Amino acid sequence: MIAEAGLAALWLAAALAALQLALAFGLGGHQGRSIGTIRAVALGQGLLTLFAFGALIELFLRSDMSVALVAENSHSQKPWLYKFAGAWGNHEGSMLLWVTVLALAGAVVALFERRLDAKTLGASMGAQAALALGFFAFLLLASNPFERLDPAPLDGRGLNPLLQDPGLAFHPPTLYLGYVGLSVAFSLAVGGLIRGNVGPAIARAMRPWVLAAWILLTLGITAGSYWAYYELGWGGWWFWDPVENASLMPWLAATALLHSVNVLAARGGLRAWTMMLALIAFSMSMIGTFLVRSGILTSVHAFAVDPLRGTFILALLALYIGAALALFGLRIAHVKEGAPFEIVSREGGLVANNLLLSVILGTVFVGTLYPLIAEAVSGEKLSVGPPYFDSVASPLALALAGLMLIVPQLKWRRDAKPILPRLAPGLLAALAILLASILLAPSIGLLPRLGLVIGGALVPASLMPLVGRSLRRAPLTIWGMVLAHLGVAVAILGTASDSAFTQERLAVARPGDRVEVGPWLIEFRDVLPIAGPNWTALEAELRASRGSGVAVMRPQSRFFSEPPTITNEAAIHTGWNGQLYAVLGEEAGEGRWQLRLWWKPFVTLIWLGGLLIALGGTLALIGRLFRGRFSISFGKRGYA
Amino acid sequence: MNRALRFLPLLVLIVFVGAVAWRLSSTADEKIASKMIGQPVPAIALAPAVPGKPGLSSTDLAKGQPRLVNVFASWCVPCVAEAPLLSELRLRGMPIDAIAVRDRAEDVAAFLDRHGDPFERIGADPQSQAQLALGSSGVPETFIVDGRGIIRYQHMGPIEPGDVPSLVAQWDAAK
Repeated sequence: MIAEAGLAALWLAAALAALQLALAFGLGGHQGRSIGTIRAVALGQGLLTLFAFGALIELFLRSDMSVALVAENSHSQKPWLYKFAGAWGNHEGSMLLWVTVLALAGAVVALFERRLDAKTLGASMGAQAALALGFFAFLLLASNPFERLDPAPLDGRGLNPLLQDPGLAFHPPTLYLGYVGLSVAFSLAVGGLIRGNVGPAIARAMRPWVLAAWILLTLGITAGSYWAYYELGWGGWWFWDPVENASLMPWLAATALLHSVNVLAARGGLRAWTMMLALIAFSMSMIGTFLVRSGILTSVHAFAVDPLRGTFILALLALYIGAALALFGLRIAHVKEGAPFEIVSREGGLVANNLLLSVILGTVFVGTLYPLIAEAVSGEKLSVGPPYFDSVASPLALALAGLMLIVPQLKWRRDAKPILPRLAPGLLAALAILLASILLAPSIGLLPRLGLVIGGALVPASLMPLVGRSLRRAPLTIWGMVLAHLGVAVAILGTASDSAFTQERLAVARPGDRVEVGPWLIEFRDVLPIAGPNWTALEAELRASRGSGVAVMRPQSRFFSEPPTITNEAAIHTGWNGQLYAVLGEEAGEGRWQLRLWWKPFVTLIWLGGLLIALGGTLALIGRLFRGRFSISFGKRGYA
Repeated sequence: MNRALRFLPLLVLIVFVGAVAWRLSSTADEKIASKMIGQPVPAIALAPAVPGKPGLSSTDLAKGQPRLVNVFASWCVPCVAEAPLLSELRLRGMPIDAIAVRDRAEDVAAFLDRHGDPFERIGADPQSQAQLALGSSGVPETFIVDGRGIIRYQHMGPIEPGDVPSLVAQWDAAK
C-alpha cells in the first residue's frame, strides 16, 4: 500500500505542477488574484512530493522486497542508516530526491518571496513548474521508484559497499540540495527575462538562494573530496574525475553568480551577465546530473547506463536550457544598461573575478567533455587527466586568489585612493614566505611555491576589510566574506603544502619490519583477520612514532560478500601539522605485505578551508535573511 | 552586446547535445584496441610457463608462417570457454603459442590437462609485462602475427564459434 500511495502522490504532484504552469501562463490582467492560487498549488505540490519521498524511505526501512528498487539496492541485514540512505543511493531514488527538493524549493519561494512583483513572481513560478513537470514525467514514465516485483525475492541484493559509509550517506543529498537550490535562481532569471524586469529586485530575491545553494555545494564538494581521499586509498584528494567535475562546474558558476548578483543588487550593474550566470549555474547542475546518471562518461563512480533514461534526461535538458538561452538571446537586448563604473572599482574587480571563474568553468567543461567530442569527430578514444586540468586551472585559480588581495577592499563605482598601502600587509607576507620557501625548501615546484606565497599573502589580506571598522558593528555579511576568503587562503595553503611536501613510500614488509616515511618511523606489527556486520577484513597493525608517543594505525583490506567486492580502508593519523596515511596492499608472498605510506604535511588545511568557506557563506546568509531586523534595532538604538 | 554573442551559449548547448546524442545512439564500444597492430612484436623473452614445453620469445614469432598468440590465464573463466575452439583452430593447421599471465606453473599444467593443450610454446608472464607490451588489456586475447613477426590482428575476449570464420580469414590474409 505504501508504494501505491507514494506513486499516487507523485501523479497528483505532477498534475499540480501542470496546473501551476497553466495558471502562470494565464497570469496577465488579473493581478494578485491568481498569484494566491499559484502559491497554494506550489505548496500542495511540494507536500505531495515530500510524502512520496517519505514513502520510499519507509519502504527501505521496512526492507519491503516486493518493491523492485528495494530488492535491488537494499538488504535486510544492512545497518538501518544504510537502509535509510539506500533510498537515494540509486538512480530512481536519487531522481525522486531531486524532484522533492525541486518541488519544496518552489513551495518555499511561493510562500515567502514577497518583495518581487506578482507578475515576475508568477512567471518565475511558471518556470519552476515547467522544470518540475519534466522531472515528474521522467520519474513516472522512465524511472518509477515504486515498481513492484512479483514474486518478491527472499532478500535484497545489497548496496555498493563503497557507498556504505556515513559520510557518503549524506553526500549526495547535500549536493542535490545545492544543485536544486540553483533552480530557483534559474526560474527567477527566466521570470525576469519574460517580464523584462531585470534589476536589483530580482537580484535580491535570488541572492539567498544562490548563497544557500553555494554553501551546500561547497560542503558537498569538500566532503566528497575527503571521502575520496580516505575511502579510495590513493592518497589523492581530487582526481578530476567526470563525476567530481560535474559537481565542480555548478560550484564555479554559482561562485561567479554569487559575486555578480551582489553587483546587481547593490549597484544595478552586470544585468545581462548575472542573468546569464543564473541560467548557466542551474544548467551546469542539470548537465552534471545527466553526466553522472547517464554513465555517458567513464568514471570511477560507475552507474548503470540506460540509453532510454539518458535520452529522456538529455531531451529535458536540451528543452530547458535551450529555451532559457533562446529567451536570453531574444530578450536581453531590452534590458537596460546598469550604472557605469571605472576599471579600478569593486565592480571592475568583480568583473575580473567573474571572467576568471568563467574561464576556469570553460576549461573544466571542455576537459570533461573533450573525450566525448573527440570520439564523435575522429573516433579516437582518449581521456583528459590531471596534467591538463592542473596546468590550466591552477594558474587561473592563483590569479583569482591574487585579485582577492585587493578587490574586497575597493569601493563601488570608482576608487581613487592609493592601492599600495592597502596591499602592503599581503605583499609583506608574500615576500616573507617567498624568501623563507627559497631558503628552506629550494627544490619545490613553481606552482606549489606560488600557492604558498599567494595563499600566505591572502591570510592577512582577507582580514583587511575589517580594518578600520568597529568589529561589533561590522555587518555579518562582511564577516562572512572575510571568513570565506580566509577559507580560500587556508585551502590554497593546504593544497600547495600537499603538493610541495608530501612524501610517499611503497614498501614490502613482513611483520616486525620498520619503515620510514617523512619524520615517522613505522613498525609493522601484524596482520590479523577481523569481521564486521557484513564484511570480513584483513587488518594490519602499525605503530607509528616520530620521537615521542606512538600512534596505532589499523588499515584494512575489506571483503564484502554481497555483492562480492574488496575495498581498502586507509588508516589516517591526524596530527596538528599533517596526516600520516597508510594503506594495506596485497600479500606479496613469503609472509610479506605491500604497504603504502604517505606523510602529508598540512593536508588537512584543504578541507578546513572548505569548511571555513561554507561557514563564511552561512554567516553571510544569516546576515542577508535577518538584516531587516538587525538594522531596525540598530536604528532605534541610534535615536534613543 | 552584439547579436551573435547573445546566442553563443545556445550554440555551445547545441554542440553539447549533438555530441551526447551521438554517444547515446551509437552503441558504446568499450574495447581498447592495441596500438601495436601493424607493428613488429615487441622484444620479449619469456621463461617456460610449464616444465617440458619451451618458453616464448619474439624470435619464435617470425618464422615465415603466421602464428596465433593466445594471451590466457588458468584463473580466467572465459579462457576455459574458448579452449575447445583453440583446439579446433589448431586442428585446422594454425600453429598457436601462448602467454600465461600472472600464473603458477602447477595451475597452468592443471588447466592444460583439463581443457586441452593446443600450444607449441607457452611463455610465463608473471607481471603482465609482455601482455602490456603487446597492447593487450585483458585475458583472453588472441593475436595473429605474420611470418615476418608483424602483429596483424587482435581478437579481444574469448573466441566464440561465430568468430572462427573471421579468424581463419585473418590468418589467411596474414600468409
